[in-house]
Amino acid sequence: MTGWRHDSLGRQIDRSAPLPFTFDGKPLSGFSGDTPASALLASGIRVLGRSFKYHRPRGLWGMGGEEPNAIFDVTENGHTTPNVRATTLLLREGMELRSVNTAPDAARDRMGVLDLFNRFLPGGFYYKTFMAFGWMRWEPMIRRMAGLGRLDPGHCPPADIPPVNGRCDLLVIGAGPAGLAAARAAARNGREVWLIDEAAEPGGSLRWRGGDIDGGNWREFARDTIEAVTAAGGRLLTSTTLWGAFDHGLFAAWERRDGRPDRHWRIRACETVLAAGAIERPLWFANNDLPGIMSAEAALHYLSLHGAIAGRRILLATGNDGSYPIADALAQAGCAVILADARTDPPTAPEGVEHLPAARLTGANGRNSVSGALIGDRAIEADTILVSGGYTPSVHLHCQAGGKLDWNTASDSLVPRPGSSVLRVAGAANGGFGLARALAEGHAAGGGAGPAPRVAVGDWQLTPMRPDPTLRGRQWIDPQNDVTLKDVRLAAQEGYRSVEHLKRYTTLGMATDQGRSANFAGLAAMAALTGRTIPETGTTTYRPPFSPLPLSVIGGPRRGALFNPPKRLPLEAAHKEEGATFREYGGWLRPAAYGHGDETELVQQEALAARKTVGLYDASPLGKIEVIGPGAAELLDYCNYLRISTLRPGRARYGFVLSETGIVHDDGVVLRLAEDRFIVSASSSHAASVRMIMEEARQDIFDPAKSFIHDVTAGFVTLTVTGPKSRDLLRAAELPEILCDDGSLPHMSVIETRWNGHGLRVARVSFTGDRSYELTVPARHASALRDTLETARQKVSGHWIGMEAVMILRAEKGFILVGKDTDGLTMPHDLGWGGPRVKRKDEYLGRRSLFTPEARRKDRRQLVGLETTDGKTLPTGAHLVPVDGKRRSLGFVTSSCFSPVLGRPIALALVEGGRERIGTELGLFHLGETGRVRICGSCAFDPEWERLHA
Amino acid sequence: MKRYSAFSLVTEGLRGHRGWRPAWRKADPQPGYDAVIVGGGGHGLATAYYLARNHGIRRVAVLEKGWIGGGNTGRNTTAVRSNYFYPESVALYDLALRLYEGLSRELNYNVMLSQRGMLIAAHTPAQMEICTRIANAMQLNGVDGELIGAEKALKLAPLLNRTADARYNCMGGVWQPRGGVARHDAVAWGYARAASDMGVDIIENCTVTGLLIEGGKIAGVDTDRGAIRTDRVGLAAAGATPGLAAMAGIRLPIHTYALQAFVSEPVKPILDTVLLYLGTGTYVSQSDKGELVFGGGLDRVPTHGQNGNLPAQETVISGLLEMFPAFAQLRLLRQWAGVVDVVPDSSPVIGPAGPEGLFLNCGWGTGGFKAIPAGGWLLAHLLATGSHHEISRPFDLDRFARGRLIDEAAGSGIAH
Amino acid sequence: MQVFTCPFCGPRDETEFHFAAEAGKKRPIPAEAVTDDEWADYLYMNSAPRGAAREVWLHVTCGEFFLMMRNTVTREVAEITPLRGRTG
Repeated sequence: MTGWRHDSLGRQIDRSAPLPFTFDGKPLSGFSGDTPASALLASGIRVLGRSFKYHRPRGLWGMGGEEPNAIFDVTENGHTTPNVRATTLLLREGMELRSVNTAPDAARDRMGVLDLFNRFLPGGFYYKTFMAFGWMRWEPMIRRMAGLGRLDPGHCPPADIPPVNGRCDLLVIGAGPAGLAAARAAARNGREVWLIDEAAEPGGSLRWRGGDIDGGNWREFARDTIEAVTAAGGRLLTSTTLWGAFDHGLFAAWERRDGRPDRHWRIRACETVLAAGAIERPLWFANNDLPGIMSAEAALHYLSLHGAIAGRRILLATGNDGSYPIADALAQAGCAVILADARTDPPTAPEGVEHLPAARLTGANGRNSVSGALIGDRAIEADTILVSGGYTPSVHLHCQAGGKLDWNTASDSLVPRPGSSVLRVAGAANGGFGLARALAEGHAAGGGAGPAPRVAVGDWQLTPMRPDPTLRGRQWIDPQNDVTLKDVRLAAQEGYRSVEHLKRYTTLGMATDQGRSANFAGLAAMAALTGRTIPETGTTTYRPPFSPLPLSVIGGPRRGALFNPPKRLPLEAAHKEEGATFREYGGWLRPAAYGHGDETELVQQEALAARKTVGLYDASPLGKIEVIGPGAAELLDYCNYLRISTLRPGRARYGFVLSETGIVHDDGVVLRLAEDRFIVSASSSHAASVRMIMEEARQDIFDPAKSFIHDVTAGFVTLTVTGPKSRDLLRAAELPEILCDDGSLPHMSVIETRWNGHGLRVARVSFTGDRSYELTVPARHASALRDTLETARQKVSGHWIGMEAVMILRAEKGFILVGKDTDGLTMPHDLGWGGPRVKRKDEYLGRRSLFTPEARRKDRRQLVGLETTDGKTLPTGAHLVPVDGKRRSLGFVTSSCFSPVLGRPIALALVEGGRERIGTELGLFHLGETGRVRICGSCAFDPEWERLHA
Repeated sequence: MKRYSAFSLVTEGLRGHRGWRPAWRKADPQPGYDAVIVGGGGHGLATAYYLARNHGIRRVAVLEKGWIGGGNTGRNTTAVRSNYFYPESVALYDLALRLYEGLSRELNYNVMLSQRGMLIAAHTPAQMEICTRIANAMQLNGVDGELIGAEKALKLAPLLNRTADARYNCMGGVWQPRGGVARHDAVAWGYARAASDMGVDIIENCTVTGLLIEGGKIAGVDTDRGAIRTDRVGLAAAGATPGLAAMAGIRLPIHTYALQAFVSEPVKPILDTVLLYLGTGTYVSQSDKGELVFGGGLDRVPTHGQNGNLPAQETVISGLLEMFPAFAQLRLLRQWAGVVDVVPDSSPVIGPAGPEGLFLNCGWGTGGFKAIPAGGWLLAHLLATGSHHEISRPFDLDRFARGRLIDEAAGSGIAH
Repeated sequence: MQVFTCPFCGPRDETEFHFAAEAGKKRPIPAEAVTDDEWADYLYMNSAPRGAAREVWLHVTCGEFFLMMRNTVTREVAEITPLRGRTG
């Protein structure tokens, strides 16, 4: 128990509001304003977790997203969230924190015994073993041992995070000194600035380092800046992580909000300044992973904001000036501080601090916690070791935006190459360490006029700190994933020398801290081991996310009903009243069947009723593409497999739209309403693509001024009346008499008339083989048409029929559904429509493809019907196989059902050389079972086509 | 080659692991080779290995412009399977799967093949019909495909969305027990180690800048490290293949797109199978480390850039959460993209092209990893014999002029 | 998220666009005079250039086809021009 709470420091906590919480079941207490990390630090508990591989004890290292060790499953209000960094959330009353991947808890973890075998488990050991008996023998055990936290199966966070688009003149990422200076300068020039920071308040490192700017406290400077930003129309977004830089200047940011759903920002800015600061590097010495070894910067953070201090006898090992104010603050807070600086000519030490120049930390003592340190051979008494191995600029977003890096010796780091990305980089992110540099660079990046904000302190000097392969003992490079310097050496020895190979072979930098504290050391170690410089060794690629963010933020509200929402019918409510069950067909929610009870029976009754009397169904999803203009006929000739220009006004023709590869893309009827006006019907799921196929031809091949195409599907409602008594229904509905006159409206014709004060279009086309009328009205008049037909339906004892019954009716006639009864190889001549292919001499879409060697083959898969021999309905998806000889697929069943009007099962199939096989038998293969079927024509019902006119 | 085993690991452990040698030799380009393979990914390295092992051709160079396995081999979601529809596809991918099944022992390198099974999940009667079509096609081709119902699917993936407001409820689907995942990097490294051991030169950081063609025949390659003479060149460079083919004046039926993959933070085991959800188009498995590894469709805009874009991320991740609402607790740890070479029928192009002695192994699109052993086996056969193996014949470039595309998406309704 | 400028509608998100084809292809006619190879070349073969590309794109929401010159690596858009009956 070494950590303690200072009795006055800690400006962020409210000592009047204690918050009870538990860690690994142990009751503890913190204050409002604490993070779990600060509260645990003050509590004196050091072992907060275990490493991934050796289960070594792990303590708090950092203060933000770079934290590799203090990761908990957090339970609140009965729900658990796994893998939460103790450093990045505020403590709340009653929080239950549980260390991850430990049993029974972090302090007493039984798997800690694994560390005894560490010499046999070097980096990548699993590639060399576990091959006997197959990996599957070993994998379950290894999977159980791996993983960090536990997913709570009952916890399904709501999909309530809205994406919000934002736009600004200048985006400033990071509200530390550089970002504040940039924002203030730009705002004073009248620019609209958005200033974004991860923390709940602006200030960045000023929040714990403090300082006077322009002669006043930094908080006045921050306040002035925010006022200037707001006055110029800009805004400050705190608790917001800018997680990704994407193409064409798009930035994505995650804003956390208390008590309200988070927000996902998508921001475009005219200019962007990156002032994301830098992250402190660790130091490398024997046992540098012991709990009680912390980032010096983090120690100051917890001291200033929370009054939490890791220990009382502190060794601070460093090689840079940035650590001196930290030593000073700790000494003033009452700690005994030894400042060990690797430099031979360090600056003057603060008062009350024991100063060791030219002192390199070589080891730490202790089992579960630091009990002392070694500087060379000299043992130092210490309960806490703070380290600073220098700083790594946070260049992630610059690199995500395509920026390059250059090595900079003064800052001992890779820094952004100016002009290599759209971001301007300022301050510590640019290798500009120290307050004066940060303010000056920020001021310049914001386009500031006049002198930069002034401070009394000078620039930081530093000496490079590197892992030393000659030191004894294990030096951790990646504390979470247990990658040591020896693992890096092994990787170099085995040839995994590229940075990416090193990373993948040893898992260095693959932990949840994304290598923030590990990558530089790994790179530096590999450079040293292979005799290369750091720039020669390379750097890994930076990709979004900047830090791990919840999947729910990116997923957003697109879930449930909002995920690929289906299209809805204007008459949905009326169908529901009629007892319809809805199902999705081609992206539309449509009635599958009407009434209650066994659906199969209902469907059979509907299909039979439509054959006996009359059926009524909603065909509104049928694509309706209007093509108008003097060039319309010529365009449609090109876009359809059948010639359309020969169609007389008032007539309809069935045809196909082919893709340029000759494959049937869609089928449907074209209505010629006038010399220069057509309606192209398309399957509901193909309407959009058919329109685009025609558009491409219109704009690319024809004179686009001579025709116009628009999709009017959504503007109209179509109700189809089908069956022998369909004309009776029209009469009962008292629709214009001309519709009931077969002379005026024969099969395959269309009439536009007026009814009820608006237009009514009626087409005699049939998807069932029975006399049928498709009645189309503007969608706003849908109810009137529906009510009229409903009244008439009752008079003639008709039935509403759902799509399932329609599917039976069309299958009985062998009418295809493109995509179900055809596949991506089906050409029109495979469907029995070989005529135009042979006869047409003009160019049309897909024509040449109908004559490739493959297209000419006789044994192409062709559409045929199937008859069963045993009276059972065939399974759709069953394959046809030869009756004897080698078993192979000759095709498959595409549609199958029991036909109530025929009283037997029917089926359609695509079969190799199918038409030649009509009258013969084939084997049927389904899930290991075999049977027999007879091949027949595809039209099972009314092959003489008499009922169309009946 | 020092054998890898538990025994050697222990003995090396006792002496500080000083005895391990480089997994593959760092070779410099020689003036001439019997065959040169361009592309040091899984396919290229496997080709070199099978050239040496199956055909005894060991004077072989693999030229890699970066580090081996750094392209799509190291950028995929590691699924292996052969649940295809066309017999040609099944033959190809099942050859790969069968070779994978013996690979760790053959290469003496643990590629961690985990045959935990792969489920293609359906949500509508129409999709179940398609799944039936596939399961039957697989069985007819002698592959382990099963049609399963909702109950078994939910047993395989108990956290699947079954809430009342789920957009897609799982009705079942096609289950291939032999499907699974393998450790992608290990496949590249294992092939590299075994090939190098048989004498193959694996040359990293060597960019091909030209193809030498003399009298209509391949005579070698130009590289940034000098010219190399050879009369046989195999291109196995995925998205870089169009640029290489252009050096021989060849155009290919390829567009290049970015395909993204995603990894969550690691958690204890929650998903024991590989799952493709037809409704959302998202596929997911859990790595041995505990991370969810998932992906979905291509980015919209053709590109050669290895970075992904936000719209595809939103689609894939919302799809994952729609499948598994509890996964919304998890965080995205990493994301990356590979440049995939997409062919109109989404089947690979394997075979000769242009000048005599030039052979292609490309067009794997989104599905190259699972095919690595077969791609290598077949390209090695072509390089060694100059003619097709019967399994690669249907995948020749001539299928486009013949009109015989092998379009799985069209045939089975499922885009692989 | 890339932004393309539809000649008809102005700048819009990439999600509204669809890549149609590489520009510069001329549909060979009449079919009787076109060999299998010529047809396959027209239908399927591309250069998939790394760097500068010239492509036909479709703005799905309004139906406008247009030519776009862009870089396939950096994704910078150099120029967009309407198609309007041009072939090429």
